Amino acid sequence: MNMYLDELEARSIYIIREAYARINPMAMLWSIGKDSTAMLWLVKKAFFGRVPFPLVLLDTGQEMDEVYAFRDKITKDWDLPVINHMCPPEEEMDQTLPPATRSAMRKTEGLKTLLKEHKYKGVICGIRRDEQGLRAKERVFSPRSLDGSWDFKDQPAEFWDQYKTEVPDNCHVRIHPILHWTEIDVWRYMQRENIPLCDLYFAKDGMRYRSLGEKNITAPIESNASNIDEIIEELRTTNTSERAGRAMDKETEDSFEKLRTQGYM
Amino acid sequence: MKQTNKISNQQLGVVIVGHVDHGKSTLIGRLLYDTNSLPEGKLEEIEAVCKRRGSEMEWSFVLDAFQAERDQAVTIDTTQIYFSTAARNYVIIDAPGHREFLKNMISGAAQADAAILVVDATEGVREQTKRHAYMLHLLGIRQVSVVINKMDKVKYDPEIFEKVSQESVEYLKSLGLQPAHIIPISAREGDMLSERGSHMDWYKGKTLLEAFDAFEVSAPSLARSLRFPVQDVYRYDEKRILVGRIETGILRKGDTLFFSPTNEKAVVTSIESWPEKEDKVQVNAGESVGITLDEKIFVERGHLASHEKNLPMLSNVFRANIFWLAHDPLKVGNTYRVRCGTSEVSVTVQSIDVIVNTDNLEKSDLCADVPRNAVAEVTLRAREMLPIDSYEDNFRMGRIVLYDGYDVVGGGLINMDGYPDQRQSSAPKSKNIYKVSSAVTPDMRAERFGHYGGVFWLTGLSGSGKSTLAVAVEQEIFERGMNVYVLDGDNVRHGLNTDLGFSPEDRAENIRRIGEVAALQANSGIVVLSAFISPYQADRDKARMAAPESFHEIYVKADLETCESRDPKGLYKKARGGEIKEFTGIDSPYEAPVNPDLVVDTQSNDVEICVKQIVNYIEANVKADAKHHKEKLEGCVIAIK
Repeated sequence: MNMYLDELEARSIYIIREAYARINPMAMLWSIGKDSTAMLWLVKKAFFGRVPFPLVLLDTGQEMDEVYAFRDKITKDWDLPVINHMCPPEEEMDQTLPPATRSAMRKTEGLKTLLKEHKYKGVICGIRRDEQGLRAKERVFSPRSLDGSWDFKDQPAEFWDQYKTEVPDNCHVRIHPILHWTEIDVWRYMQRENIPLCDLYFAKDGMRYRSLGEKNITAPIESNASNIDEIIEELRTTNTSERAGRAMDKETEDSFEKLRTQGYM
Repeated sequence: MKQTNKISNQQLGVVIVGHVDHGKSTLIGRLLYDTNSLPEGKLEEIEAVCKRRGSEMEWSFVLDAFQAERDQAVTIDTTQIYFSTAARNYVIIDAPGHREFLKNMISGAAQADAAILVVDATEGVREQTKRHAYMLHLLGIRQVSVVINKMDKVKYDPEIFEKVSQESVEYLKSLGLQPAHIIPISAREGDMLSERGSHMDWYKGKTLLEAFDAFEVSAPSLARSLRFPVQDVYRYDEKRILVGRIETGILRKGDTLFFSPTNEKAVVTSIESWPEKEDKVQVNAGESVGITLDEKIFVERGHLASHEKNLPMLSNVFRANIFWLAHDPLKVGNTYRVRCGTSEVSVTVQSIDVIVNTDNLEKSDLCADVPRNAVAEVTLRAREMLPIDSYEDNFRMGRIVLYDGYDVVGGGLINMDGYPDQRQSSAPKSKNIYKVSSAVTPDMRAERFGHYGGVFWLTGLSGSGKSTLAVAVEQEIFERGMNVYVLDGDNVRHGLNTDLGFSPEDRAENIRRIGEVAALQANSGIVVLSAFISPYQADRDKARMAAPESFHEIYVKADLETCESRDPKGLYKKARGGEIKEFTGIDSPYEAPVNPDLVVDTQSNDVEICVKQIVNYIEANVKADAKHHKEKLEGCVIAIK
């Protein structure tokens, strides 16, 4: 047994159960990528094989074909309560934004319409601190106003595993059960638990995806890693950031910050 | 140097704290650069940003990823960064130094196994240095190393290092913290971080990275008593699964668990897991688990399971050393929500006992309200009994978080010194006790005697006048033709309670027995006056529970100074001289009634007036006037809810 992964797992399960006990109605965002799929596995562990709340794909219609195929297979195999929520079209986005940021805004807007429709008080979300400087500053339970905006200048105190679980009527809480995991942790856990995964992550013809986003704004990296062992080995020696293939993060110095304060995951 | 994302099974959280502008973020930025932990392009990106802004290289930009922080050049919120040495992986927690961001500093520091306290060589120990060190102490972080930063600005002078390190160590020592290492560094120049550099050959101790590797990972608390707070109860198929995390100790299949505060018992029949593994027989501290029980006892979120031989205390009042984060001050009489483990209860602030000045550690007991960002010792009272561990006994359970409305407003450590241990005492030890139903009703007794029975419980400090009043009232009531009796120390301590001493536990038992005797007498139709200090509200509440329909709490009020000046039995003198230990008001607390039925002020009124006040109150409450009695009865029931 690996004590370190056990500790990560136990903490995540505690957070998921805490959210379930305190927040209702609630949903989990499942982007079909490795992080939210690992998180889905943690949910099944927390509830002994069950998934007691809906899994939502914020769908732009721009996901890669392999992602849709994987979604359909797992949904059927595991009999999952999936909601496929269509995001508003790009024409409705702020046209002054740079193109990739504008495209990412569709997910933000999709989340807003989702919250409005289902009146969720909580949304579980698979972000990690090591992904990005702004996500590093997140809380495990992060309150948002109705329009999803994030007041990073006045975040609640959070300590000793007691969370801000209650918010006023027009607000919701983002719950981040794997905030404390790193990219390598996720891969090691995937490997240990033998969790099924979309094969875009594995190298084909010298290329693989390190992070999955929409077709139009995500690029593969050069890699020969065709299994998890090789991916872990590759990550041990890289100095490239995980989101290097995600165009919207760096169109301007603060483009990701703008996205996040307006409600992006 | 090549980055090694080490595949390690050890990860240590280190928080970096210190006064604003003493160089915490710079230190971290530099450390990441030195260990080659910056992502590709990050260095160039920051260099470009600095150039654009016309400033020199700012290492802190690595962490201060927020636009607002770049503009104001301060760290607003806590952040976490990962890096590794040859020994293990680290999570660096950067905590803001600004006073107004204390809640963010606490949010960061509470997750750490160890801390680095950064002190500016040119400024020495400052206000936030002290406050942060105090917070580390209050958060339970005991592994601390100190770095004296900006040595380049003082020409790497060993004398200045010596002076500042001495100042730092002195303050830490006064908190009971012993720094593991004290290291002179220059974060900007990179001296003594990962490399020793060429400027400080006079220093022979560890570099910062070596000091990191010398910290220890906190081990899960297997050796402690089992504490399993129930997080939720799931009903799946035919099973009822109790889930939660083992906070301390070990839980095994077949164990008999004792649940607080319900005092119910059941045996663990299975430890559940998914995907199903071989039969699990043991789970340890830190694990999130699910178990089933052999009996369908009532269990819900907030209940606490432990082993019978090591139970938590049960009390509705406790003291806590707290830090206060809300804009509105904490005030006596205010009500807040408290979360401890998975339980959540309403508490009222009964008293603010001490406010600590973190600058000089001076304690002020002339306590007004507790302002934002202050530290204080307070006494909190809950409406119901709670399972409680003191922080000394159990560092996972002995801590609380305070909520006001939706917001987290404070937190602190539980301190049970001087409070009685009431575990199990509210449950009858023998289960074969049945109440005898009597054919003679209270109304029949009242008709015969001309009055109902009742318990009139006088409470107050020693010397407040309880016995004097009780004797005088007894005489007056007796002369008015009623059946009346006084229970006091003389007729109880020498017989019924001859086996009891004056420890908090014995005092609690003393009062419990008196409460039961008084209740029996009242049920038989007698007006009972009791005259005991009975310092704890919890004990008096229990006495009320013994006779809920006819109990009256009478507060005999006089302040400590007045009582000590009276000192009828010379006891205060002995207590002050150390001859008597745990004397109420001197070295043992007295909790004034929160909501007494009657207050008799013996400080401002003479005995006759006070006696009359009590006699009138008793007559009004026991007269054989059923309607009136019922009103009081309803009031009583409301009061104890």
